[in-house]
Amino acid sequence: MINFQYLRTTSAKSAIALLLKDKNAKFLAGGTNLIDLMKRGVTAPEKLIDINHVPLKQIEQIGNKIHIGALTTNTAVADHALIKEKLPLLSWALQAGASAQLRNVATVGGNMMQRTRCGYFYDTEMPCNKRQPGTGCGAMEGFNRMHAIFGTSEKCIAVHPSDMCVALTALDAEVVLANSKGERKIAFKDFHRLAGDTPQLDNNLKADEMIIRLEIPVNNIAKNYHYLKVRDRASYAFALVSVAAAFELNNNKITDIRLAMGGVAHKPWRLTASENFLKGKEATLSNFEKAAELAMTGAKGFGENNFKLKLAPNTIIEALNLAKSKA
Amino acid sequence: MKPSDQKPNQGDSRRDFLKKSSVITAIALTPGIAVKAAENNADERFAELFEKIPLNLTVNNKAYKASVEPRVTLLDYLREELHLTGTKKGCDHGQCGACTVHVDGQRVNSCLSLAVMNEGKKITTIEGLADGDTLHPMQAAFIKHDGFQCGYCTSGQIMSAVACIREGHTSSRAEISEYMSGNICRCGAYPNIVDAIVDVKEGGANV
Repeated sequence: MINFQYLRTTSAKSAIALLLKDKNAKFLAGGTNLIDLMKRGVTAPEKLIDINHVPLKQIEQIGNKIHIGALTTNTAVADHALIKEKLPLLSWALQAGASAQLRNVATVGGNMMQRTRCGYFYDTEMPCNKRQPGTGCGAMEGFNRMHAIFGTSEKCIAVHPSDMCVALTALDAEVVLANSKGERKIAFKDFHRLAGDTPQLDNNLKADEMIIRLEIPVNNIAKNYHYLKVRDRASYAFALVSVAAAFELNNNKITDIRLAMGGVAHKPWRLTASENFLKGKEATLSNFEKAAELAMTGAKGFGENNFKLKLAPNTIIEALNLAKSKA
Repeated sequence: MKPSDQKPNQGDSRRDFLKKSSVITAIALTPGIAVKAAENNADERFAELFEKIPLNLTVNNKAYKASVEPRVTLLDYLREELHLTGTKKGCDHGQCGACTVHVDGQRVNSCLSLAVMNEGKKITTIEGLADGDTLHPMQAAFIKHDGFQCGYCTSGQIMSAVACIREGHTSSRAEISEYMSGNICRCGAYPNIVDAIVDVKEGGANV
């Protein structure tokens, strides 16, 4: 690992001030993605600002929203009584991600900031428009079994690997960001970006900003929910396809619904058309099948990942079935 | 990104400065040891001298004061500086779990943690589990159930297994497997590892 300067700070204000001082500084939270990338030479910041001691670790309900500090660990969120009771979908998604060791240090903000990536991004001998804009995409005609089928660009077909972010997209979460002048709030679904012509950018966080907290509305979909993650082994692997499904049922009629997919795009993929179709309809297999079909509009395979064109709708149907069967 | 989104460029970075500054200047400002480093040269050597930072932490109930480069991982610090080689380096990328230690009671991959991030923390490694010559119940259970073959992953497996019981993730064999999934065993001793964990949990020993 190329050496770097290390600074520690205890407030968001000073963290942002330190970030402004150096064009090649990065925040260090859990470090589980950043240190890995630095070891492989994919990134080489000159300065790391350790923000682990900044007090952004609250989990609390304020009004009808649950606030989660950006530096809360994945384990702390997944195990918290309030989250298990009111946002069980989030707890499930978190526990489907990474390993117990990683979840113990990985933070909510860090989970959002982990790179959208693939094997070509990691291999510095290979071309990659994300790592080095303009060098080409190795995956497009290479090994692309794990890659995107939605919202792809000619520049990049990597997927965002987070499970947490799929649940947060479904749950209509908002993100509070701060710079030296103040705070702004954006919808979680607008935090991450599609690759487009700028695959080097994974999200819309500005260079002078810090993630402060999440705000998630309390909902009425905490009973019929499921996070279904399909992967190559039973645990500790990235999703081939994952689906976050949650709905409110009244006499078998769906009155509210959230659906999002992971492992299929450069960002968590909300299934709005499928939601709109199912709203007000009976929770039947044939309706689930129609919703899954609608979700696949515009999907495109790249060879090795063509199986996702079939796996994705099947996973949607199965997640909806499992959510429905939850007592 | 719009130009206005860019952070202001406040002159050269520190690394640029080190590259541009002459060795002569550096020699004039630094003691003999640095001059020696300059002869072997590389800016990086100077960077090392300038950047070691103090570290205080407790490992297996013993307090240590050290001075380390920021890039040293907790794993390398434990193995190379403290010579606690029970903690193993497997993949060095957080994928295998061989480097698992407890930090303030929680299991972590020491390969993905910088030593300097652990200022003031209490670390427990495999060397800190036994009580003198008396093995920790989990160590004894791994022997009893043949929970290893080559043994390379074992210290990580045992540290993770102890944490798994403390966390309460042992209600079934399936739950144990799920919560042990961050520890890979290429010999495939998984069923015996789960046997060892079930045995310790059912034995009710204080872990």
